[in-house]
Amino acid sequence: MSAIPADPNVTAVSATPRTETNYLNADWSIKSWLLTGDHKRIGILYLVTVSFFFFLGSIAAGLIRYELTAPAGFILESETYNKVFSAHGIIMVFLFLIVAIPAILGNFLLPLMIGARDMAFPRLNLLSWYLFMIGGACIMGGMINGGVDSGWTFYVPYSSMYANSNVTMVLTGIFIAGFSSITTGINFIVTTHKMRAPGMTWFRLPLMVWALYATGVVIILGTPVVAVTLLCIIFERVFHLPIFSAELGGDPVLFQHLFWFYSHPAVYIMILPAFGVQSELIANFARKRVFGYHLIAFSSLAIAGLGFLVWGHHMFISSESMYQGVVFSLISFLVAIPSAIKVFNWTATLYKGNIRLQTPMIYALGFIGLFTIGGLTGLFLGCLGTDVHLTNTYFIVAHFHYVMVGGAVTAFLGGLHYWWPKMTGRLYPESIAKWNAVLVFIGFNLTFFPQFIVGFMGMPRRYHYYYFAPEFQPYHIMSTLGSTVLALSFIIPGLYLTRSLTKGAKASANPWGAHGLEWETSSPPPTSNFLQIPVVLDEVYDFDPVTEHEQDKAAQALEVPSYLSNEAKSIESEKEKR
Amino acid sequence: MFSNFPATPPQASSFSREHDLIFYALLALTIIFTVMVGIGVIYFVIKYKRGSDADRSRPIYEDARLETAWSVIPLILALIMFYFGTKLFITMRVPPADAQEIFVIGKQWMWHVQHSNGVRENNTLHVPAGKPFKLTMISQDVIHAFYIPAFRAQMHVVPGRYTTMWFTPTQPGKYHLFCSMYCGTQHSEMGGTVVVMEPREWANWIENGGQSQATLTLEQSGERLYKQLACNNCHGAEDNMRAPSLYGIWGKKRTLTGGRSVIADQSYLRESILRPHNKITNGYSNTMPVYDGQINEEDVLKLMAYIKVIGSSVGGPSSSGTDTAAAVLNGTKGTMSPFAANAIQYQNSSMRRVDSTPTTRSGELAVNAIAAQQEAKGN
Amino acid sequence: MAAIASDHGHGHGHDEALHHQFEDMEQQNDSYIVGMWTFLVTEVMFFGALFLIYTLYRSMYQMDFFLAHEALNVQMGMINTFVLLFSSFTVAMSVRYAQLQKKWGVLSMLAITQVCAGAFMVVKYFEYQEKFGHHLYPGPGFGSHPEYLHGATPNFAQLYFGLYFGMTGLHGLHVLIGMIVIGYLMAKWWRNSPMVTKDYIPTELVGLYWHFVDLVWIFLFPLMYLMPKP
Repeated sequence: MSAIPADPNVTAVSATPRTETNYLNADWSIKSWLLTGDHKRIGILYLVTVSFFFFLGSIAAGLIRYELTAPAGFILESETYNKVFSAHGIIMVFLFLIVAIPAILGNFLLPLMIGARDMAFPRLNLLSWYLFMIGGACIMGGMINGGVDSGWTFYVPYSSMYANSNVTMVLTGIFIAGFSSITTGINFIVTTHKMRAPGMTWFRLPLMVWALYATGVVIILGTPVVAVTLLCIIFERVFHLPIFSAELGGDPVLFQHLFWFYSHPAVYIMILPAFGVQSELIANFARKRVFGYHLIAFSSLAIAGLGFLVWGHHMFISSESMYQGVVFSLISFLVAIPSAIKVFNWTATLYKGNIRLQTPMIYALGFIGLFTIGGLTGLFLGCLGTDVHLTNTYFIVAHFHYVMVGGAVTAFLGGLHYWWPKMTGRLYPESIAKWNAVLVFIGFNLTFFPQFIVGFMGMPRRYHYYYFAPEFQPYHIMSTLGSTVLALSFIIPGLYLTRSLTKGAKASANPWGAHGLEWETSSPPPTSNFLQIPVVLDEVYDFDPVTEHEQDKAAQALEVPSYLSNEAKSIESEKEKR
Repeated sequence: MFSNFPATPPQASSFSREHDLIFYALLALTIIFTVMVGIGVIYFVIKYKRGSDADRSRPIYEDARLETAWSVIPLILALIMFYFGTKLFITMRVPPADAQEIFVIGKQWMWHVQHSNGVRENNTLHVPAGKPFKLTMISQDVIHAFYIPAFRAQMHVVPGRYTTMWFTPTQPGKYHLFCSMYCGTQHSEMGGTVVVMEPREWANWIENGGQSQATLTLEQSGERLYKQLACNNCHGAEDNMRAPSLYGIWGKKRTLTGGRSVIADQSYLRESILRPHNKITNGYSNTMPVYDGQINEEDVLKLMAYIKVIGSSVGGPSSSGTDTAAAVLNGTKGTMSPFAANAIQYQNSSMRRVDSTPTTRSGELAVNAIAAQQEAKGN
Repeated sequence: MAAIASDHGHGHGHDEALHHQFEDMEQQNDSYIVGMWTFLVTEVMFFGALFLIYTLYRSMYQMDFFLAHEALNVQMGMINTFVLLFSSFTVAMSVRYAQLQKKWGVLSMLAITQVCAGAFMVVKYFEYQEKFGHHLYPGPGFGSHPEYLHGATPNFAQLYFGLYFGMTGLHGLHVLIGMIVIGYLMAKWWRNSPMVTKDYIPTELVGLYWHFVDLVWIFLFPLMYLMPKP
């Protein structure tokens, strides 16, 4: 039931928070949430469920790290350990990384950023969430029923002929979740093409929108391929339709081709939205237009396109021809260049900016460092000679955790903090958050850096026991110690963000003084996003560093406490604008 | 690195050095670029922190030269690393024509290795330093991978088709062997050791059918033990004051003190070794030490086997299987049975050439034992 | 960023069929069409992967695939092809009638489409039944009557039939889904729902889907049924 009737005298854009009708309090009933078409509510629904899955995947991670401190394990049997790392991979990849930034932040922000009232297909959006829930439930059902020990990569013939029966259940869940992803991708593409506000040309779009659009393209081209590939395994297990069976003359390596044809672009699904968030954070916290806007926009598309041409770099030693390896290695080096360009552009954006070291910016700066390391270690793996030694070892594990956790999760946390006031209408406690961001950086490096070393030494991945090689143990102990710190640094935001929902200070429309159409409406926004659709006259990041500097000086002169300074500053700048 | 706290794998093959050069070059590039970006970020954040009095006029938003530079230079560096990596990879993929072949079968959860002369080993691989070897591998069930970190060599092992990899070991020592493609419950236990030996040592090993020294027949072990226990100090070729000769004792009648006589069969021999005081040969006193509790039953069998043939060859007891059989032949038994003759011939031929159809240790033993048995029956 | 609020969106004669997130019917129609085509791209990738597997195996085992395919009934396949092609025609006609807002035209064309689709499924049923009877379904009992294999190596024939049942099965599922969607569309027309009467786009979208289903069959039929001897 609605709590407060809408006040017609209240204007759309106001500086100070009031209890006006917004998308959260418009209707408190469960039915209104479960049958909503509002992209903002769907984003929140995703936030709750994705956080739950992240929590489960993290428990699995904790178990893995705990087990690995001893060469012969502690509390798990090998089969259980294998199920635990498979669960960790499946949950984190399919139920967290593919979904988190696009479905939470993307769903919430895309219409707002382009000045639309909603996505092009709100009901499809809701269906997307339900498909995610059903897929997730199937996967969880398979886990509860005993789990699968095939690894998240489900290589045949192990998963088609040797692994236990829960494979079918889990694969069905992933299949359904894949359609959730596809419908989200369709929505992103159509919305970006057709729903932009008047005057919002392509090159006036925030870079987040470019990133989400590129992500949508990758999703619709790649996901169906893995869907049908996993379906083939289900066919083989349930209907005895052999497709990859070596005994019958089939080709188990064909599975790898089809699987990686999606799963490599999948990692771009995970990182492109993170790049988008990164651009937003850097621009708005350096108070400067992003350096090389056009190149960043085009590099997103280049990564999306080239990303489909490199899948073979997961298969250099899988027995395929040497020439295939050479081609894929070359293109893999090429696809590294657009990402490098982005990193340099973000760094250059900081030059002559007005940098505020608030929580989202700490995450953004951490991202630059961690993604640089993660991306560069990818070169070791794209380089054929070194990949022969490093593939299937902990070097790979460290590499992808650097880009996925150090990259995507860091960007997700940064974006979550940045848009938290917009989404919830509340401010989180800045000083705890700021120090926690530093803790994430430290804990992360402590956890995953030793894994580069132990991987170079030759420890294979997915190993429960390593008693043949006890010299690996010190690195595992270091890594587990780090993971304890990292776990803490993930729990803490969960706590203070939840607490801020009721105890946090109320946020104004634009507590950061940021630029972007989403900041031109109240926090939280009304259900229809804007009372009146804006007409866009200029580019998005139209900061002027010199003016910014003068405003900064004026705000500092007020000597307000730092944890309210962004609020006070925005009040000041709002006052000056009027 | 610190020997107790290693951080790098040993370099044990011809690939290792080249691989590590590329690896460290990439590492250097990684460090340089990370440091550059890191310093850039930290410097800008400090200098242009909000409220600082740095010059912010004329900010730049695009700079074609700069953007081209930082696109082209990384591209060139990338292509250089691509070149060296590809070069090494092609070397790794094209085995030399003289590489000797070794076969590998991977199955859940162990490795079968078969050398081309038939020597088989499980979960280990013995190779000599300095010679190139090509592994031809196949899986019996799921996909595995044969990984020797010290050699920087790794390759998937797939069901339904052969995959190959090659290497030239350079450094003798023991190195890890891992299965590195997840293959089920005991994936992490499907490992072992690669033993790189000096060439002569390996030649010895392979010729001896995968053992460090030639396997001894029962008679040969018995002879060794006979000498070790110093039996020959008292029991010589002829009867002497201390002890009777044992030459030709097998199956003969023996008179004991007190007039009783026994046939020197297996239980007599055993009893005489372990508790000699029970059956003292006529004309001798109880001077032989008791061996009960000092040697085990296996040793008894060995001694017995030797005693059965002792003294029966032309040049005295010898340590070669062939000669032992010849000893059998040339003893007091009559003509050789066809089986024994065959066996000797077979043994002769296979003992000399290592690349012939494989015979393993057990075969040799059987041949000798059968030959000996035949002759004993023919008695 | 500089933006001014516009008064766009109020004061039109509101189409009943206009959804709240769109400003006008043109934007809505365009969005739906782009959305449907995007969805069809995903379907192309979906079936495309299977076609890729089929192409690979057929090029590896050309003779065996040829021999195995002789177990297929080309006449039944031809009937199905013509039936689907004709149904594509009728569904296109129904879209035309929807544009002209002629309810009975739409309903009759859609009804014929349904009949065609039903005929397709019936023929498919008989085809499958024959295959099961000849023990040509992959699994333990495959090839127990070797005469039906027409001389193909049983192992590779299993691969062929695995792909045959997988691909035609998935296609048949899409036909079934299409029938349900067309049935839903017909129900809407029957009840004069403004969603379809005032706006021809829903009918067009269903038509697009149906054309795609037909197109997949047009590829499937020659690839599986009409193989030249290698």
